[in-house]
Amino acid sequence: MDPECARLLPALCAVLADPRQPVADDTCLEKLLDWFKAVTGAGSSLLLLQEHPCLVELLFHVLKPQDLSSRILSFTLRLAGIFAAQENCFQFLQGDPSLFVASAAGQLLVRVLDLALRGPAEGHVCPQAWDWPACARKVVCHLEDCLRSEAAPRVTQALHVLTTTFGHCHGLWTQGLWARLSPLVARLLEKDPVPAPHALVDLLLSVARSSVLSSDPGLWETAAQALSRLSPTQAGPLAAGILKLQDCPQALRIQAFRILLQPLAHVLEAAAQGPGAPRLLEGAAGDLMAVDTFPPSRSACVGLLCSALAHLELLQPLPQRPSPWPQAPLLAAAVTILRFCNGSAAPSSEAGSRLCTMLVGCVRVQRAALDFLGVLSQGLGPQELVTQVFAILLEYLVSPDSSPTVLKKAFQATLRWLLSSATPPGCCDLEPYAQLVLGELLAVLQKRLCSPCWEVRDSGLEFLTQMTRRWGGQGSFRQALLGSEVPELTRQLLQDPESYVRASAVAAVGQLSSWGLLAAPSRPEHPDVPQKTPLEELLLVLTTDSEGFPRRAVMRVFTEWLRDGYADVAKDPEQSVAPVLQAASRDLDWEVRVQGLELALVFLEQLLGPLGPSTAAPPGALTQALQALCRVQLFEFALRSLFDCDRPVAQKSCDLLLFLKAKATPSGSQQEVGDGPNVASVEAALRRWQAGEQGQPLGELAPETVLAVLRSMDLEALRDTLAESSDHVERSPQSLLQDMLATVGVLGDNEADCY
Amino acid sequence: MKLYCLSGHPTLPCNVLKFKSTTIMLDCGLDMTSTLNFLPLPLVQSPRLSNLPGWSLKDGNAFLDKELKECSGHVFVDSVPEFCLPETELIDLSTVDVILISNYHCMMALPYITEHTGFTGTVYATEPTVQIGRLLMEELVNFIERVPKAQSASLWKNKDIQRLLPSPLKDAVEVSTWRRCYTMQEVNSALSKIQLVGYSQKIELFGAVQVTPLSSGYALGSSNWIIQSHYEKVSYVSGSSLLTTHPQPMDQASLKNSDVLILTGLTQIPTANPDSMVGEFCSNLALTVRNGGNVLVPCYPSGVIYDLLECLYQYIDSAGLSSIPFYFISPVANSSLEFSQIFAEWLCHNKQTKVYLPEPPFPHAELIQTNKLKHYPSIHGDFSNDFRQPCVVFTGHPSLRFGDVVHFMELWGKSSLNTVIFTEPDFSYLEALAPYQPLAMKCIYCPIDTRLNFIQVSKLLKEVQPLHVVCPEQYTQPPPAQSHRMDLMVDCQPPAMSYRRAEVLALPFKRRYEKIEIMPELADSLVPMEIKPGISLATVSAVLHTKDNKHVLQPPPRPAQPTGGKKRKRASDDIPDCKVLKPLLSGSIPVDQFVQTLEKHGFSDIKVEDTAKGHIVLLQEAETLIQIEEDSTHIICDDDEVLRVRLRDLVLKFLQKF
Repeated sequence: MDPECARLLPALCAVLADPRQPVADDTCLEKLLDWFKAVTGAGSSLLLLQEHPCLVELLFHVLKPQDLSSRILSFTLRLAGIFAAQENCFQFLQGDPSLFVASAAGQLLVRVLDLALRGPAEGHVCPQAWDWPACARKVVCHLEDCLRSEAAPRVTQALHVLTTTFGHCHGLWTQGLWARLSPLVARLLEKDPVPAPHALVDLLLSVARSSVLSSDPGLWETAAQALSRLSPTQAGPLAAGILKLQDCPQALRIQAFRILLQPLAHVLEAAAQGPGAPRLLEGAAGDLMAVDTFPPSRSACVGLLCSALAHLELLQPLPQRPSPWPQAPLLAAAVTILRFCNGSAAPSSEAGSRLCTMLVGCVRVQRAALDFLGVLSQGLGPQELVTQVFAILLEYLVSPDSSPTVLKKAFQATLRWLLSSATPPGCCDLEPYAQLVLGELLAVLQKRLCSPCWEVRDSGLEFLTQMTRRWGGQGSFRQALLGSEVPELTRQLLQDPESYVRASAVAAVGQLSSWGLLAAPSRPEHPDVPQKTPLEELLLVLTTDSEGFPRRAVMRVFTEWLRDGYADVAKDPEQSVAPVLQAASRDLDWEVRVQGLELALVFLEQLLGPLGPSTAAPPGALTQALQALCRVQLFEFALRSLFDCDRPVAQKSCDLLLFLKAKATPSGSQQEVGDGPNVASVEAALRRWQAGEQGQPLGELAPETVLAVLRSMDLEALRDTLAESSDHVERSPQSLLQDMLATVGVLGDNEADCY
Repeated sequence: MKLYCLSGHPTLPCNVLKFKSTTIMLDCGLDMTSTLNFLPLPLVQSPRLSNLPGWSLKDGNAFLDKELKECSGHVFVDSVPEFCLPETELIDLSTVDVILISNYHCMMALPYITEHTGFTGTVYATEPTVQIGRLLMEELVNFIERVPKAQSASLWKNKDIQRLLPSPLKDAVEVSTWRRCYTMQEVNSALSKIQLVGYSQKIELFGAVQVTPLSSGYALGSSNWIIQSHYEKVSYVSGSSLLTTHPQPMDQASLKNSDVLILTGLTQIPTANPDSMVGEFCSNLALTVRNGGNVLVPCYPSGVIYDLLECLYQYIDSAGLSSIPFYFISPVANSSLEFSQIFAEWLCHNKQTKVYLPEPPFPHAELIQTNKLKHYPSIHGDFSNDFRQPCVVFTGHPSLRFGDVVHFMELWGKSSLNTVIFTEPDFSYLEALAPYQPLAMKCIYCPIDTRLNFIQVSKLLKEVQPLHVVCPEQYTQPPPAQSHRMDLMVDCQPPAMSYRRAEVLALPFKRRYEKIEIMPELADSLVPMEIKPGISLATVSAVLHTKDNKHVLQPPPRPAQPTGGKKRKRASDDIPDCKVLKPLLSGSIPVDQFVQTLEKHGFSDIKVEDTAKGHIVLLQEAETLIQIEEDSTHIICDDDEVLRVRLRDLVLKFLQKF
């Protein structure tokens, strides 16, 4: 701790201990805790307490019953916890009505336990309870009382403490603790209803994840019992958690997987028109029971389906997901759910009609099912199911009733399925069936791009951009796209009233034109008016658009064009880049300026080659490049940016100049260049900029001057300064302590005023 | 209480309610779907339509070829279009006392009822309903009279012949009730019988019932009606909407505590969300116009068109359509646009506040000012000079059988660049298009029906909790095409009673009470006696005076003074004798104590039997029976008056007298 902070600490402790003093907000206390954590991390906390008796006083003071705010109480408890993590010198409290205090006390208990048991237990396989220190025995007794309690909040609290314990502590003593408490936990599962189900699930998962405890077979029995005792909605997170474990008994995994599959199996069952329909779960008796126990209320049913879909979605990509993975029935289930949701399912069973009534028009389920369907595209499916997938996706894309968010998900899922349907994998050509779909997709897209709802136009454009990025070079796609109104509509959307849409249109135009899909259409009514090239159109957006998003998008497109060698740019990069850099350098949006510098960097790399082991560029090339850079006025932009009030701009510019310096240094010799008068004037200008005078232009620069300036600048030091966060002064602990004391100072003034 | 159902069309209802002594007609909608069986009436000579082949029977018999023509693979009646009237035989319509109109779409059959059935009552409707209803009727008459047709086909309606015709003519129902359109004279005469009312205004009908219109949120001036007496309340819910469009919002609270709620006029397309449909409308419109095509919107001259114009007002600039002309063609276009701006008090709150700024409540005023929206009475005249393509045309009639729309269908139907967008839900768009097939033009179906859907109905019913719901049979089962959609029907407890055309329903509820007023001086003379805490009784002798369905208890006339005999007795003086009244009894007889009392008074051999309604006390020796029930006690003995009186007095001991 630095001396200035040490000086301020006693005053602060006094303020904290004084109930009359309003303490600054919680954030301050949080920051203070962070700082103490750092301090104790760096040295012994015992020493800290010895050096600063005010801290001990504060802790003792808080223990006296008095009118302290719960914030301060919880703060102090957590502070005590931090110290206790190293030294066992504190007693506890628990059961305060305030949630924060209770949680802090819980954390403290965990620390105390850990500390009390870690030392003596090391080396022993499983220490018995009678070996434990008194304070640990007291804590454990308290937890046992709580677990036996009929009051749900007490049970919950104990479960939370245990969850934290097993989550954070992995000493061998935890085995003893679990062995002692697990019968009580198992007993909770026998109650009806099971108390604190969520906390219980958290605890079981925490135990199961602990490397020390997961070998206990009793644990798996308890988990299996929990799976069967909890309601499907409560058991879902437990089942998902179990399936994510690296190893656990196969029988349990099967049981857990069944829990997640059950809601979907029910949907399939309810929609089944006859035997032979795909089924998710075998064993009719169990399933029929599940049909009956499906929640009767709409919200519960929706909640259960959504969570099952979300869990399965997360499981799908994991290597430890259940195997065999029932891809086909899951696909069928997702499609069926979507059919129920849009009313196109025609179930004959009563359960089906009930489900239909509950799900029809439900946006939440639609979104979850579309996400899940998208993830399923990573696996294969029988052709007729894939056909159904595209059919239902098209239904959603076409339907006027699809809400904007649902539509966005439908677009995303469609794209994923299109990507996965490329045959053979890795080939960029579309499968014949997907090509058929494409025609319909473009018709939908055409209409969606005219939607009065901007979100719809926006997600339509995003979809188009991604499709084009993938298949822009592919014959059937090009043919279908050019035969539609889509490219022209996209161009028109550059004038959309909504800036997000304009930004997406910029990206789409960029992508379309880089594949040559935005050929200027001849306008029959105005044949003489020359159509603007995409390059000109985007430049117009960059210079005239009043919003930042479209301008940033333009910069990204230009950078991409330059990097990928888009024909219109590649034929004269300097000519294309110059106006863009000029516009970007004057832009008020810092992100546009950063993008401008990024564009400049790409331009530099193309001129001088990428940064590598043989960094220096040949002298001839360097001179030419420098001349080009001077012509596009890159240096003025870069040097000005060094003093940009937005740090990222300055950093980017620093990187750019360092790159140039690395390329130039070995080749140019000091004698050749010398310190001409120009350098002095440039340096003078730089100093003025640094001082905040931005008006002064730099004027024409010669390449030699640039090199001299670069050499004379300590860019490395500047980079280091910039790397420090701009608020590093404000964030220092000293500043924090001063701020907290300052707010108290205000109070003092007010008191004086009163008299 | 009875309900006579004269129309089977759920959104064009016509029902007659007999309630107390009144006969009330609820709406008189006109089912115009019958016109779909007729050939379109072209405004401009159409070679295609005038040279259609006549239809002949399979055996070659061509006696119907003048009446029926083949067109696009269908058979149509070549005659002046006819409409399907409400049932006129089910009840003598001259006995109808009043007609309550709920909105301008539900009054189109009014001239048929008021002018041809001997109706002598009054029609009640709000002012916008009448004014816009008049516009709709005027437009209809104009459309039909503009294209005179000499022939009126009637041969095909013969039941034996109709059986031989192809569908859909074969299946057309109630063809005998189909009638030609009324004349403007009949319209004027019918409308002159209307009395204007305002929302929440209470109208007394013969002192028997009170009727009140409530805002229904569906259209300008649209109403639901409350029909109530002192102890009964019937709510009539017709076209209503909970969406925020231009009209005043729906008044739901006043529908609470109804004994019967008659529910009609729900959305015709329950699966189409109006908001989505408006989005679809705009997208398709923009797509067509950007492609250089024209858009045709067949519509009524009032209603949804106001909302569509408002949406377009917000949309066209952003979609880059500012240079595209919008044409609204109807004989009543001008009046419709202007009327909408003057009914401020009938508009939603937002629009009402605009009037105080002052600004026109609807933005179509600005569209007209800036020349983006132009309106014309017909395609003839100024329109042909101004006409510029590509454009958007709003015109009637949505059935595509008459009106200027016929011309545009003929003009634009051949090009795939053009689009016809159906927004009115009243007609099947495929049937409407049948005589124009084959059609290159794109057809988009975006029915915009803002009336209540089934989710909203179920919320409404939960909220207002009527004892009984009565609705058209179509609402009590899912639509035939979506039989699994159990969510698309009225779901309430007890289940709704359903009706169909030409049915008479006895409404499931009995009147129990009638309100009787008591004159103050008579009330003064009463001497109440408290028989239970909080309950007092008094006997009253009075004369019940009933006039205009109001009942009043008046003091009885004083007993005639003995006169000197000079005056002759007048008939009116001959008042009924007021006998001295026996006291009234109350209370119950505790059987055990009664038996003890009997024993005390020397009766023996007493036997008590329990019966379903009470007890029988048997005095075997005296061969006498005392039957004690909740509201009566009988002493049955054999001609022994002394014994009877003795027993009676013992019984009376247990009862209170007053």
